[in-house]
Amino acid sequence: MKLTREGIAYRVARDLPEGSYVNLGVGIPSLVPSYLPEGCEIFVHSENGLLGVGAAPAAGDEDPDLVNASVEYTTLLPGACVFDHATSFHMIRGGHVTHSVIGAIEVAANGDLANWQMPDESLPSVGGAMDLAFGVRNVFVAMTHVTSKGEPKILSACTCPLTAPRCVRRIYTDLAVIDVTPDGLVLREVAPGLDPAAVQAQTGAPLRIADDCREMDIPAGFGGVRLRA
Amino acid sequence: MIDKTVASCAEAVKDVFDGATIMFGGFGPPGVPARLIEALREQGAKNLTAIHNGAGSDEFGLGILFVSGQVRKLVASFLNRGKASAFHDQYLKGEVELELLPQGTLAERIRAAGAGIGGFYTPTAVGTRLAKGKETRVLDGREYVFERPLHADFAFIKAHRADRLGNLCYRLAMRNFNPVMASAAKVVIAEVDEIVPVGALAPDGIHTPGIFVDRVVQVERHPRHFVKKGGAQ
Repeated sequence: MKLTREGIAYRVARDLPEGSYVNLGVGIPSLVPSYLPEGCEIFVHSENGLLGVGAAPAAGDEDPDLVNASVEYTTLLPGACVFDHATSFHMIRGGHVTHSVIGAIEVAANGDLANWQMPDESLPSVGGAMDLAFGVRNVFVAMTHVTSKGEPKILSACTCPLTAPRCVRRIYTDLAVIDVTPDGLVLREVAPGLDPAAVQAQTGAPLRIADDCREMDIPAGFGGVRLRA
Repeated sequence: MIDKTVASCAEAVKDVFDGATIMFGGFGPPGVPARLIEALREQGAKNLTAIHNGAGSDEFGLGILFVSGQVRKLVASFLNRGKASAFHDQYLKGEVELELLPQGTLAERIRAAGAGIGGFYTPTAVGTRLAKGKETRVLDGREYVFERPLHADFAFIKAHRADRLGNLCYRLAMRNFNPVMASAAKVVIAEVDEIVPVGALAPDGIHTPGIFVDRVVQVERHPRHFVKKGGAQ
């Protein structure tokens, strides 16, 4: 059994500690705020100068001057603050943002990250991805385990242009939780009902199975949203 | 008496010359000096180098200056592949040059120019395509890439309120690149929603001090600076 995109976000949210300052990328990472433990104070950072980002506003409550890094209308929580772009990237590049949850095109067994340019893309675009990958200590990748064509995204070496070398700490997918260690990839958790061998079969690099490798603790649904596919 | 206010955007941008380098504030619609950009389209200066987070869109912001064929080079970080088709076409034909930078390096190069810094070393982009051809240096065991400051002839910025001294304040996410850009150009032009009397802005609520600002013009907000149903872009 696989996780849904929301299921991946739910699993990531379990690993963000109270007091963390977290930057969330587009795609699956942007779903994380809905699954943060209730009452847990975690500050979400947005590159365009926001710390303490809240949920999307209700229809009619949008503020034209308040968007997030994905240029979607957003809200601010009590205790939030706003600042300019240089300050925002001091937080990232100076190592003050504690966690970056980011999407990926490919991740290599040594932690290399490729997430800014597809091989066939005519127009390159990078945004804040490199700043996050170089500056933040805990880079967590949240992505589907394989491409839409079923090809592995976790590889022995990246084929796409790198965002940063050796930066990824942990990989969360619809099939598994995998740690990047100096000795290679370690399979920590598998999706409910899934065999480690099935995860290895869809991974393009060798996985060492952790001694305490276990099934993920994921409910079937949360708030009316399916977490298991 | 100091009075940096000007009556119209046309007057504010009239001395922009062919070949000028211009910084444009904004990230998404907030903070984009949309009325100054429209005035520059009418003014017609060509062969411009634009420094902006992205390329805007064909209908709004910097993108309209690609539609009018006024930009020769863009220095940017994030390019929305679907929105700025005029830029995209001109880039593919080789008519527009692109210098792509990590967003934090873009902001810091602008900040360095404003602070009188000759360059800086950053780890961001080391070992990637975006560091190609740039000087690198190992400091305390970590490799860094050398980046130079980014200066401009003009900066176009957008703020919420101003006074005639050029003091500015921004609402919420309007701030983004505007304060650093205001420090890094020879001539800084701000479009604002409202000009208020001197003394009306609290000293500890001023985000860009007037020392950085040369011209202030009050404008009607662009339609994209109101809430759009179904998403901000």
